[in-house]
Amino acid sequence: MNKKLIALLSLLVIASMALTACGGGAATEAPAATEAPAATEAPAATEAPASEAGQVEVFSWWTGGGEAAGLEAMQAVFESQYPDIEFINAAVAGGAGTNARAVLATRLQSGDPPDSWQGHAGQELIGTYVAGSQIEPLNDLYEAEGWLDVMPETLIPLISQDGNIYSVPVNIHRANVLWYNPALLADNDVEVPNTIDEWFAAMNKLQAAGVQPLALGEQWTKLHLLETVLLGTLGPDAYNGLWDGTTDWGSPEVRIALENYATALSYANSDSASLTWQDASQLVVNGDAAFNVMGDWAEGYFRELGKVPNTDYGWAATPGSDGVFQFLSDSFVLAVGAPDPDAAVAWLKVAGSKEGQEAFNPVKGSICARTDCDKSLFGEYLQSAMDDWSTDIVVGSLTHGVVANDSWKTEIDTALGLFLADGNVDNFQAALVAACSSSGACQ
Amino acid sequence: MNFIRRNWLYVPLVAMAVFYLIPTYVMLVTGFKSFEEVDLKTMWNLPRGIAFDNYIEAYNKLSPSLRNSFMVVIPSTIISSILGSINGFVLAKWKFRGADFIFPLILFGMFIPYQSIIIPLVQFMRAIGISGLPSLAMAHIIYGIPITTLTFRNYYAGLPQELLEAAKIDGADMLGIYRHILLPISIPSFVVVLIWQFTAAWNDFLFAVILTGNQQWPVTVALNNMAGSQIIAWNVQMAGSLLAALPTLLVYIFLGRYFLRGLLAGSLKG
Amino acid sequence: MYKDKDRYLNILLISPSILAVLIFIYGFIAWSVRVSLSKWKGLTPDYTWNGLKNYIDLFADPRFAVDVKNTLIFTGVFVFGCLILGFLLAVMLDQGLRGEGFFRSLFLFPMAISYIVTGVVWRWLMNPATGSRTSGLNLLFTYIGLDSWVNAWHTTPKWGMAAIALAAIWQMSGYTMALYLAGLRAIPHELKEAARIDGANEIQIYRHIMIPLLAPVTLSALIILGHMSLKVFDMIVAIAGKQLQLDVPAIYMWQATFDGLFYARGAAIGILLLVSVAILIIPYMHYTLKTEGQT
Repeated sequence: MNKKLIALLSLLVIASMALTACGGGAATEAPAATEAPAATEAPAATEAPASEAGQVEVFSWWTGGGEAAGLEAMQAVFESQYPDIEFINAAVAGGAGTNARAVLATRLQSGDPPDSWQGHAGQELIGTYVAGSQIEPLNDLYEAEGWLDVMPETLIPLISQDGNIYSVPVNIHRANVLWYNPALLADNDVEVPNTIDEWFAAMNKLQAAGVQPLALGEQWTKLHLLETVLLGTLGPDAYNGLWDGTTDWGSPEVRIALENYATALSYANSDSASLTWQDASQLVVNGDAAFNVMGDWAEGYFRELGKVPNTDYGWAATPGSDGVFQFLSDSFVLAVGAPDPDAAVAWLKVAGSKEGQEAFNPVKGSICARTDCDKSLFGEYLQSAMDDWSTDIVVGSLTHGVVANDSWKTEIDTALGLFLADGNVDNFQAALVAACSSSGACQ
Repeated sequence: MNFIRRNWLYVPLVAMAVFYLIPTYVMLVTGFKSFEEVDLKTMWNLPRGIAFDNYIEAYNKLSPSLRNSFMVVIPSTIISSILGSINGFVLAKWKFRGADFIFPLILFGMFIPYQSIIIPLVQFMRAIGISGLPSLAMAHIIYGIPITTLTFRNYYAGLPQELLEAAKIDGADMLGIYRHILLPISIPSFVVVLIWQFTAAWNDFLFAVILTGNQQWPVTVALNNMAGSQIIAWNVQMAGSLLAALPTLLVYIFLGRYFLRGLLAGSLKG
Repeated sequence: MYKDKDRYLNILLISPSILAVLIFIYGFIAWSVRVSLSKWKGLTPDYTWNGLKNYIDLFADPRFAVDVKNTLIFTGVFVFGCLILGFLLAVMLDQGLRGEGFFRSLFLFPMAISYIVTGVVWRWLMNPATGSRTSGLNLLFTYIGLDSWVNAWHTTPKWGMAAIALAAIWQMSGYTMALYLAGLRAIPHELKEAARIDGANEIQIYRHIMIPLLAPVTLSALIILGHMSLKVFDMIVAIAGKQLQLDVPAIYMWQATFDGLFYARGAAIGILLLVSVAILIIPYMHYTLKTEGQT
């Protein structure tokens, strides 16, 4: 009886959605129309730089939540400083930019680069795009803007190759953070561990008391754990040596680190493979697990859940890495063959500027790459991170693209996957040695 | 048929309905929750309040892209279905030499993994100067041809040859047979093909994100972007997915009317 | 037999499709084959001849071995699950019950939802936590007293892929049902009536008349489902993340090409996928086309 009615209603709903979409569609076409006048103003570039006209297409994977809000805040700073340059936000979501990087790769293969794009500072950018001659060195820009004075010394070599600096870091996240539930530790008379042995002892105690010692998630979070255990066991110098060929992956020291890693895994929840990083970190603030090793974007997540620092969650450097800041950074590059290089450079200036970084980072939940940002803009955890950033030794993250290029990291990840399946440390170490020879610094 | 015997069918039907509804329930319920309520432990719980905030937010973020989706999906679905019907007719009922070779040739194209051809696809589209939504529609039409051809060809192959013989004796040529005899009874097959093509084109993400720029994204890319990359708000995401699935569902309901009975009844007589 | 004008018309009608297929499918496959025989690693295209090394390496690759095993399990469970469930649903809905339209739309509805969201919901449902953190379907089972059904779902060692196939069956069995329903509706009523008059019961009618007549539909469904199971990528990643135990060639291909920049290896995986499909489908098609010619 109601089939015709349902059909009619359906058509009405589709029609109304289509009409609204038409209305929305018209709105999104408006910016394209204003491009034309801006382009014809290009010859007037001989005027003061502030009235440069043009457009900059910025490609990233910041599309939701704090990331998108941070990007919009920085965009607002950019638009106030360069009102004649149109900002085109070409963001594509996907964890760690997996979709964005695929789109970017196809565009670069077709000779259609955006003006600037986001990437993880370090080998992920250098090993991919410098090797492919797709990004420009930025030393002149750094000199002109005085960035070498405000960014940490230990950072610059990690984002350079052969003396050329290739990206402008906007934010800094810390990878080697141990999150814990203060109540669970207090109830079980456990201190926050400083060394790996103390950590295992603490987790033994918790396990005996029936508490889940460690919360882990899907495979990449285990890669994240691996890099912190490598750092905690080997120390910063030997850790750095892994990535420049001076530390032998087949050495007994690395073997000890891998055994520590296997031990750490044994304290993890049995359903880890089915949890995202969010689910795993949430276990800690819910009181379902005591420890979680995750980067400090987890802090932003905890605050979005309404949790209170030092009451619902606490933090420390991962065991064995006190005084070392294992960083990752989102940064922007200048494309070779960018459609509008001047506009792109203008964007990079904002990205590296105090105003730009102060607009972006508090919203995003990270700290500035510059050491001179205003601390009062940041929350409690971030302020402590800022202190550490300016005093600690800086080393790079593996999982988040600083120390290893994409090919090497993929091979390490595959070796890890095989290890998670069979638990054989010897095979794991051999696979890591092979990975270094085939795609890494041991070639 | 026996009244009581037929009604016991409702038991397994309702049991199956439960199987299909359980995930839908989770999606619906999550779509009404606030961000803090989204937790594995409480996934079965009803939301604390029925707030439409998530749906409104999702709608605002998705509606600009809806137009793009419609502009791509509707033409590409119709064109690829018609092409499939014609191909299927030619290949199934007119056994010219090579028909049995051309069919597997076209069919094999269905199995190509799209990830391995996106680079040459983008480069080819650039070379012939087609970009944006038209290129996406073209891709959906072309990559839809194998499967629409398959469905129609097998459907027509199952039809009795007497139908065509009778028409030929009456002097009809190929086009006439197609228009007056085959097309009317193709409707259930069209329904199946239209459903598939609409869904595949509507839900496609890979071609959409690679072939279109950010002002022309269809709704699947907007949906993906709504999720964000690092901290994902599943409540809004679920709400958005249900909204994005609505046009497709309406198409199913609308086309379902055409699963008519006994289209061939009477065609063999006389 | 048929007019000359018709033969030219045939060729005219079908040539756009053939042309499109030649370029967009076979042309691109040829490119992919060329890449798979090269040393391309990194953003810059590198067509240096590498012979069959990429393929040989894949056969010795432990990850690829896991992929193949997982695909076999997934394909087996998914294809047969969909065929059987789809057929049963179609038969039930063909009986002319009231509310057929509602059930039909309900069973089709899952296909309308994007694979990624389906994957996420099933990931929640199949959560294998135990004890106080039991959730998802396991929790539901304990509520209704079916404790023996509680299991580790996709984290089950060795057979976890079958659980993922369950999610895929949920999504696609409605379409299989639609295919069978269209096929059933095309079978003339008279055939069934005649058989009933001859004294056959329902089951015999289905076994000896309906199912054989549905063979072309089953072939279509088999091919469609088979090709889906080889291409499925988004849903598995949404359920399992990128982890080795639940890896399949499609995921390995994406990760190798776009995450790791091993373009040549990625292309080789793609070609292997194609070849494996050809090995399965072509003989089946050959047999079907031959038997069709005999009816």
